[in-house]
Order: sequence, then structure tokens, then C-alpha cells
Amino acid sequence: MKVITYYGYTDGSGEYYIVIDAEKCNSCGECISACPQEALQMEDMFIDLEDKPVAAVTEDHRKKIRYTCSPCKPEENSMPCIKSCKKNAISCIWKPL
Amino acid sequence: MTNNNEKTEYWRWLEYKKVMPNKDWKKAKIITAGVDVGSVGSKAVIMLDGEIYAWSVMRTGSNSSDSAKKALGWAMEDTGLTLEDFHYIVGTGYGRVNVPMANRAITEIACHAKGANYIWGPTVRTVLDVGGQDVKAIKIDENGKVVSFLMNDKCAAGTGRGMEVIADLLKIPIEDVGKESLRVNEEPEPVSSTCVVFAKTEAVGLLRKGWTKEKVIAAYVRAMAIRMSDLIEKVGCEKDFVITGGQSKNIGIVKRVENILGVKRLPVPNLKETGLDPVSAGAIGAALFAKALYEKSLKQ
Ligand code: SF4
Ligand code: SF4
Repeated sequence: MKVITYYGYTDGSGEYYIVIDAEKCNSCGECISACPQEALQMEDMFIDLEDKPVAAVTEDHRKKIRYTCSPCKPEENSMPCIKSCKKNAISCIWKPL
Repeated sequence: MTNNNEKTEYWRWLEYKKVMPNKDWKKAKIITAGVDVGSVGSKAVIMLDGEIYAWSVMRTGSNSSDSAKKALGWAMEDTGLTLEDFHYIVGTGYGRVNVPMANRAITEIACHAKGANYIWGPTVRTVLDVGGQDVKAIKIDENGKVVSFLMNDKCAAGTGRGMEVIADLLKIPIEDVGKESLRVNEEPEPVSSTCVVFAKTEAVGLLRKGWTKEKVIAAYVRAMAIRMSDLIEKVGCEKDFVITGGQSKNIGIVKRVENILGVKRLPVPNLKETGLDPVSAGAIGAALFAKALYEKSLKQ
């Protein structure tokens, strides 16, 4: 079953989200080492009474993701996190106004 | 000020607790509790074999672990229960790692989903949870499992904390904010700020311009309802739709979100008779997980 988490926000300047699919994520940690901003970490998600480690955006960066991620040029969809994930578990929504 | 008895803490909301009179914990096989320590409110729910027995809702103090102890202690009051009688306790919420008597902590997203499924049944698909400091949109399946979720904790304006600030500013008791916000003939332009500090400044400016209190509160509540609806639309609003958390009682928020989304939320169950309190959805879910985890530990 899919468990999709949207990290980020919509504000006056647009929509900015990193989206992680916990079902696809195999906890390999590749994206965490690939991220130049140290914006990602493993977090336990409670699924079917078990804890599954899943990649997540750190709490700090969730609130300023527009600034954290913009050097990776999310408009072009070739960010290090997405490219490093062999499971296609990461995607993004990036719509600056 | 001429009247010394005048209410000054407009933000202060009512705390409450209840024990079900016709239930006896001594006959229960499994006694569990869920304790949800939020940024504004702490909620405790005690369950006997997966049914609500006692609960409490109180303000979170400056210390999470004290708040957890107080909330559960208050729910246990007059029952004769002691902490040793519990088979399993789950902590959740913002302060979940600081629930000292808990056997384990579970994220509030999973607990809210489970709680909403328990309160309203298997038809619930979309949950809007408005807490003290964040707003969450959660999609769930018929078993109350999380399918997707989106959390916005960037600005506190549309949350419990923001409402407290605006209630104080306008001198409207917090429980009347929603009702007062509906006393306008026409919806004003929403305030433009989504940050609680700026929204407050904007509200002060509107009062100076001669806007009535109702109009200012309507502009504020409307702005927050629009933001919440945006969040829901991002994950997609599938029926049935419900609202949990402290702001589920704010009729001004509820009516506006319903209007914007074009969907009615499921009505709130009869709290006094059932204990099915949308404010306690997280604690209810935590108490249910506590039972499931205890049963699982027996099998192992
Ligand atoms: S690279 Fe992909 S699969 Fe590996 S931890 Fe990150 S999201 Fe999960
Ligand atoms: S876009 Fe860049 S900064 Fe943002 S999470 Fe991915 S790798 Fe890290």
C-alpha cells in the first residue's frame, strides 16, 4: 500500500514539496548521502504495527524548502536526491508563482 | 479599566474530563491508554478492551512530560486505576518522546488516522487535523491506515495558537471566535498574511480603519480556511471528509472550509455519551494502537 508524504508548503510565493513514497523506499540511504544540503534523514514510519525507516526531509528544512532545494534546480527535475534513488521513491512539486 | 472582574484571558479555553459511569475496569482484559501531548492541548484516553472508558483534555504546560502525567492522571482520577494496571500505553503528538509512562511513541499522523477511523467508521477518506501549531491533511483507507499526508507547520496563523492570539487581540472569548466570525452579511477580503505575527498587525490595522470586530475576525478566519482548503486540495478531498483537532469546534472554520471545498464534513458524534471526541482523535488512535501492540506482544 502507498504511503505518500508531502514535505514542504504552499505560501504566497508558490508551492514547494519534496514527495516521498514510503512503500517504494527500501531504506538504502542513497538520497541522504546525495543531498548537498543535508536536508534528508531516515525517520521511522509506523506502518502495519511495524517501524519502517523511510527517507524524510528534516524538520528544520521543511519550513524553508524553497531556499534549501532551489540550488538543485527542481524545475529541471534532475535533483541529486531524485537521481540517486533507484526505487523512484522521491518526486517533487515545484511551482513558483 | 473600571471593571476588575472583566475577563482578561480571552484565549483561555475550557478543560474537560469524563469517566463512563457504566463501565468497570476490573472486568476488562486489556487496559490501555493513549496520551497525545500537543503544542497547545494534552489529551489522554483510557480504553477497556478497545472501548473508551475515560478521557481528559487539558492545556499543555511548559513541560511535556509533566503535561502527559497530568492529563493521564486527570483521566484516571476517581477510577481507582493506578499506572501498574495498564497493559500498554502509547505516547503521541508533538511531545510524544516525553511521555514518561509510555511503552512507546508513535507519530501523530498514524494515530490521527486510526482515531478518525474509530470515531466515524470505515467510510472516512480525508482528515483535516488542525492542531495547536500545525495543519495536516491526511488521506486514509477503510482500515484507518495512512495513504498520504501533508503537513504544514510553517506558520502558526491558522492553528490553535493563532486563534488564541487573535481572540486575545479582539477580546473575543476563544470559544466564540467561530460564531462571531459568521456574524457578517458579506465575506470580507481575507487577511493577506499567513504568518501569525503579520496577521495580527494586519488585524490591528483593520480595526483602526474602523472595521467591526466581527468583520476583522471573519477576514482572519476566512484566510485560514482558504489555506486549509488548499492543503486538502493538494492531497485531494475524497468523501467522507472529517475535521479533527482543537479547531474542529470552530464553526467559522468548519463552515468556510465546507463552502470552499463543496463538501460537508461528517457531523461530530455525541461526545458526552460516547467519548468520541474529534479533539482527542490522536489519543484515541494511540490507545487503540496500544491494544494492538499489546496483543501482538502476547503472540510473540
Ligand atoms: S534513495 Fe530512495 S530508496 Fe533509498 S532511502 Fe532514499 S528514498 Fe529510500
Ligand atoms: S532537492 Fe537538493 S537539497 Fe533538496 S532534498 Fe533534494 S538533493 Fe537535497
